[in-house]
Amino acid sequence: MSTSITRRTFIKIAGLTIAVVSTPSGFDILSGAEAAEEMTKGVNPNVWIKITQDNHVVVTVNKSEMGQGIYTALPMIIADELEADWKQVKFEVAPAADQYKDPVWGSQATGGSSSIRHMYEPLRKAGAAAREMLVTAAASNWKVPAAECEASQGLVKHLPSNRTATYGELSLKAAAVDLPKEPKLKKESQFRYIGTSLPRLDILEKTDGTAKFGIDTIVPDMLYATVSRPYNYGAKVVVVHDAAAHKLKGLQKIFQIDRGVAFCADTLEAAWQAKKSTHIVWGQGTEPAMTNESLEKAFETSLVKDGIIARKDGDAQKTFAKAPQKLDLKYSLPYLSHATMEPMNCTAHVQKERCDIWAPTQNQTGVLMTAQKITGLKPEQIHVHTTYLGGGFGRRFEQDFVEEAVQISKEVGRPVKVIWTREEDMQNDYFRPGNLSHIQAALDEKGNVAAWSHKIVCPSIFARVFPGMMKNGIDNAAVEGLSNMEYEIPNLSVEYVRIDTPVPVGFWRSVGSSHNAFTVESVIDELAHLAKKDPLKFRLGLLGKHPRAQRVLQVAAEKAGWGKPLKKGIGRGIAYHLSFDSYVAQVADIAVNSKDGTIQVKKVVCAVDCGSVVNPDTIKAQMMGGIVMGLSSALKEKIEFARGKAVTENFDTYPLLTMSETPEIEVHIVTSNDKLGGIGEPGVPPVAPAVANALFNATGVRMRSLPMTPEAVVQALKGKKT
Amino acid sequence: MITLKVNGKSHSLDISPEVSLLWTIRDHLKLTGTKFGCGKGLCGSCTVQVDGKAERSCQMTVGDVQGKSITTIEGMPETHPLKKAWIKEQVAQCGYCQPGQIMQAAELLSKDKNPSEAKIIKAMDGNFCRCGTYPRIKSAIMLAAKEGRK
Repeated sequence: MSTSITRRTFIKIAGLTIAVVSTPSGFDILSGAEAAEEMTKGVNPNVWIKITQDNHVVVTVNKSEMGQGIYTALPMIIADELEADWKQVKFEVAPAADQYKDPVWGSQATGGSSSIRHMYEPLRKAGAAAREMLVTAAASNWKVPAAECEASQGLVKHLPSNRTATYGELSLKAAAVDLPKEPKLKKESQFRYIGTSLPRLDILEKTDGTAKFGIDTIVPDMLYATVSRPYNYGAKVVVVHDAAAHKLKGLQKIFQIDRGVAFCADTLEAAWQAKKSTHIVWGQGTEPAMTNESLEKAFETSLVKDGIIARKDGDAQKTFAKAPQKLDLKYSLPYLSHATMEPMNCTAHVQKERCDIWAPTQNQTGVLMTAQKITGLKPEQIHVHTTYLGGGFGRRFEQDFVEEAVQISKEVGRPVKVIWTREEDMQNDYFRPGNLSHIQAALDEKGNVAAWSHKIVCPSIFARVFPGMMKNGIDNAAVEGLSNMEYEIPNLSVEYVRIDTPVPVGFWRSVGSSHNAFTVESVIDELAHLAKKDPLKFRLGLLGKHPRAQRVLQVAAEKAGWGKPLKKGIGRGIAYHLSFDSYVAQVADIAVNSKDGTIQVKKVVCAVDCGSVVNPDTIKAQMMGGIVMGLSSALKEKIEFARGKAVTENFDTYPLLTMSETPEIEVHIVTSNDKLGGIGEPGVPPVAPAVANALFNATGVRMRSLPMTPEAVVQALKGKKT
Repeated sequence: MITLKVNGKSHSLDISPEVSLLWTIRDHLKLTGTKFGCGKGLCGSCTVQVDGKAERSCQMTVGDVQGKSITTIEGMPETHPLKKAWIKEQVAQCGYCQPGQIMQAAELLSKDKNPSEAKIIKAMDGNFCRCGTYPRIKSAIMLAAKEGRK
């Protein structure tokens, strides 16, 4: 937008607008007029709420939609404080720009189950400010005291005279009103939308096939590209034999980019054909002999090394040494793929003075920086169009697919869509890190937990993604769920051993909690059995100072009928975990086929406390989805490595949970007025240990590694007596 | 010349018969509701109907469907009980697999107006949803079946 636009014309164009801008100390809200002033200083007046003269409320959403319903939840927060009529509310997707940065992070990104937690307060304030401005405008029109007017469902009403005006009618006048910096927020009892299950604003387009995902981007004159990536990690191209490919119809260009060799063609199939016809000789790579076994060995070797202390209460080792009853255990978890249903893709158009990127991204700031680096253009010349994301789970925080598209478009000078095959997507993932833990835990004479010494060997995500956030060499993601463990254990130590392997690792839905909850909640169960105590009561006894944890455990247990006799052949397990400020407990009922080792999870009862509730139906959906994804990984998923690279390629060897394997799921929201928690991820962690604990309950067999495939269960059942 | 009958409309395309049906639908006809998931017929994201039968379009060529009638998600009427039920049950999360799910479910309901839960599960078991919307897909199919019988 040109900076020559005047404050007056801006107001006229936009009607009543409110901007939320992130500041070093958090956030600030600005009126359209103030935003216009800022604009004259060269700042773009990007607005978050727009009340148009034709009576629409348009909410700009700065977060990516990947299933979590954020295009509905954020507008709900504004609409409620604004007293908008929900029918007049629309959403718009924010471009990538400083003004849309998350006020807590200072970057525009979606992850860490943070969208509601970070945006709740700014958006409530913005909505309330707009409401007060509309009331002031109406009062001034009618020449009555503002106190006699009330905003309700899209209308301002003068109570004594019953006169009304729509927000659209008031929009222009309200735009000139001074913005109240501390608008009065509603009381929770006055909420109209927050706390109700409003239907998703994106449900229609996601049902009729019109929702545009990244892969659906169509740009005139667009080419397609595919990339050959290294045969094994770190390998560089030595020779490209592409003579045969050059004879193919539709081929445009073959050239090297940072990540390998790009094949650009008129159609995707022609690009694929060219790749197939080309023989690339690759160099050695970082560790060409790397296999599952060599990785396991590397983890084992690291386990005997000294790590960095991430938490130390009392003296766990000394207590363990003298304790009457103890457990000395190893737990391991595999590398996992995100396996978003929409494979990685990106469309870019690099021109001399402009770059457009259409990306299913969780990280707009990252895309902007990536494009800047490759094109040398200024941020204002780069336009990021965030599409719907066909699943994210942390994978789409990365920039690899964006880099490829921008580099290829820059080289060919035309818009280019890069689409990864499933095989490329699975083999070139930033995996959920594999990890290995050594736990020494002990009970005192009374059967109370006296010591827990936990050493984890885990690759670091932060060392690559946020090196500045490594604290004293500790990756918080690796020890998440351990260093913040709530169990009240007098002697507790957590030690982190970082292992660097060639395997790239990244954020995977619920990150460290996704693996550490399995270990902690299984070990707690082992301790409960060692103490001959009920696993629920045992946990409650260790959580005396954590009432929110106790409550979710009690609710899940009660709703599941904990303690009541089980049907023959059914095993029941419980687990709880705190992640992203939300408390989730789950009880799993399972049946095991002792012959073929199949675990059929019959039912999962889930209780969640995430503080204030914006949309209960979305919370239920996210818990359900988290349970399904958590079960899928607990029962089936594992990435295999050979010849220096991930060799698992597609769903035949990386099967996801299907409908027939999905249990009945019951979700109970435990209402509280406590600190807001996230909902996108916390449903995942408790389900794997709940199932493993149920398996123990059913068979007496303890699974200390995942996945609990039929083969692994059969083997464990065979070795039961040893 | 290839002639494709999609959603009741005939399209003449200058492509070879070996070209994939999925990519023709997506890139030539620009009907992007049909999704690419695995390219191996393993996930169900690309499901369309060919003469009323649910098929994985990534496993078919345009040559395979000559003279046949193809229906994609875009060809499903707004009033179709499945679409209405999908909205009522708020099935979609990310939404990517849902067109394939609906096309798979449509075949089931066209053959069986009152499918049992076991039958629904059997029919839908090859369609993956990473978001884990299965319980809602199941209830939406039951609801659509009920509505369809009215």
